[in-house]
Amino acid sequence: MTMAHSEAGQGLNATALERSARNEQLRLLFLCAPALLLIGIVALAPMGWLSGLSFVGKDGLTFANYERLLHPSYQLTLLSTFQLAFVVTAICLVLGYPLAYLTAQMRPRAASLVMLCVLFPFWTSLLVRTYAWLVILQRKGIVNTWLENLGLIDEPLRLVYNFTGTTIGMVHVMLPFMVLPLYAAMKSISPDYLQAAASLGAPPVKAFWQVFVPQSIPGVIAGLIVVFVLSLGFYVTPALLGGGKVMMWSMQVERAMEVYADWGAASALGVVLLVMTIGVLWLISRLVGIGSLIERD
Amino acid sequence: MTPEAGRGGAASLPITIRRLTKRYGKFTALDHIDLEIKSGEFITLLGPSGSGKTTLLMMLGGFVQPDSGSIRFGDQEVVLLPPHKRGIGMVFQNYALFPHMNVAANLGYPLKLRGCRRDEIADRVAKALELVELGGYGERGVHQLSGGQKQRVALARAIIFEPRILLMDEPLSALDKNLREKMQLEIRRLHDRLGLTSVYVTHDQREALTMSDRIAVLNRGRLVQLDQPRDLYEQPASRFIADFIGETHCVPVDVHDGKALLFGKVLQLDRPLRSAARAQSLALRPEKLHLLVGDVPPQLNVIEGKLRQHVFQGDSIVSYVTLADGREIAVRRSQGFGERAPEPGDSVRIGIAPRDTIIVPDDEPTAPT
Repeated sequence: MTMAHSEAGQGLNATALERSARNEQLRLLFLCAPALLLIGIVALAPMGWLSGLSFVGKDGLTFANYERLLHPSYQLTLLSTFQLAFVVTAICLVLGYPLAYLTAQMRPRAASLVMLCVLFPFWTSLLVRTYAWLVILQRKGIVNTWLENLGLIDEPLRLVYNFTGTTIGMVHVMLPFMVLPLYAAMKSISPDYLQAAASLGAPPVKAFWQVFVPQSIPGVIAGLIVVFVLSLGFYVTPALLGGGKVMMWSMQVERAMEVYADWGAASALGVVLLVMTIGVLWLISRLVGIGSLIERD
Repeated sequence: MTPEAGRGGAASLPITIRRLTKRYGKFTALDHIDLEIKSGEFITLLGPSGSGKTTLLMMLGGFVQPDSGSIRFGDQEVVLLPPHKRGIGMVFQNYALFPHMNVAANLGYPLKLRGCRRDEIADRVAKALELVELGGYGERGVHQLSGGQKQRVALARAIIFEPRILLMDEPLSALDKNLREKMQLEIRRLHDRLGLTSVYVTHDQREALTMSDRIAVLNRGRLVQLDQPRDLYEQPASRFIADFIGETHCVPVDVHDGKALLFGKVLQLDRPLRSAARAQSLALRPEKLHLLVGDVPPQLNVIEGKLRQHVFQGDSIVSYVTLADGREIAVRRSQGFGERAPEPGDSVRIGIAPRDTIIVPDDEPTAPT
């Protein structure tokens, strides 16, 4: 009997099973609805509104807000924004990789202790941390005093209110964003690979560079993206530790709002930053394939 | 170029293990292991989990350091030598193929490390792939391979640089039964062809019996028996080994003056007892037992019991018999009984030839050194 049914094209219970599968999908969609709604209301809609505003001037539709951005001062800001983001990202990688590697080799208990320390900065407010750096790095701050007492320097170093101070402060903020994805990627690399490399004749240093590092690349890229993108739009730390000498794109946005009360100009700045950030992501995904970030063995 | 990278006639090496000991805190992973592995021999380390077999293999590979003891490859003491200088091929349980390299790059890696030229590498990779019947698979990604194919690639990678010793850590445990049995024979054929000294770790006694020249049985960090498969199966040195290898039912026997008594009757034996201990066991293999119908041939030992049930298993029939003390034993026969089949509940007699009457001490002996 059943054979006859299935041969007829309509299998037993086929319609009911199909309906139940469709209901399952609807149920999942329903569960996601609150989150999707929230993203739509607080992220997507304002972004659309802002980009709309950026095309509105005193006399209706205009490109004036964007034309203004062609001014050399904005190009300089753009350059220093990218420069800072690049330096901060590079330092985070150099500091974060060995730390993540060490933590990934540790026993679980020791590793969780180290991760606790890595996450520690998240528990204090960004403002407090930034002011703390101000105190530590200033002319008569603890670093300069020590260095002078040790006789290593004759006069105080300029550690703050400049690019150096901004970099130090931002590396501190960004390091956890680098270490976490690196650690996750390294944890998923079985120690068997290094043993296999050794059995095939690879000395430890070669095994590390030829077998371990390539497999940690997805974590490296994830870390680079997060740190670089966050750095591009960073405001608080450069504003306080930069002392006005480091002009970030985000600070131009603030100036357009506070000084000129010009919503159109501020929106245009925001849209440009958004487009550039998406551009960077696109470039990276073209270079390494965004799939490699998700796809694991 | 290191000597083992030289082409052609890579000689295999004997392995000599002396007094090898490893403790983790209070747990003794290996307890004074002595083992001589002949050049070109296929030896299997067999034991339950925690017996120390993997620890021993990892020590041969150089990945685990012993607390004390000596390992020699030929005349060379290697116990202090790091893994990458030992020149051993190794196949890992989960294959450990590098996921960021394709099949050819995986196979070429050990050759690249030894400074081979590019065209030589391509040539040897192609040959190695042919050897494991994966010709033309070089450009495949590791992810695109099936379990069996990964296994072959791992094997090819372990032998492509012509090591003198091949170590394998449960390489077939992830494969399904049919493929596993096929690969057992393939690995053994490859071994015979290359003549490497091979050390194989498994917890599967049937696999060990199928593949090995000799089997070293480990239990709780000690080497409890080292023998050829047939000897190991037919003359287990202890109850642990009898239980571990093959299907076995043990019945306690009393030993007096070199005689073994089962339910008060003296058993005929064709070799002297291994131990003089009073309480020992009679190890019964189902296929060595005969469910007797009619007259009893005088040369057989006889055990009486009550038939509980017959179980049809396709190639054979297993009959379960309850003995006088309530213990149950199994008898396997390849054909049916015909007209005179005993029914469940009938009293039956089971015959065993003296040469199949195996008495094993309950305590584990240490293998003679």
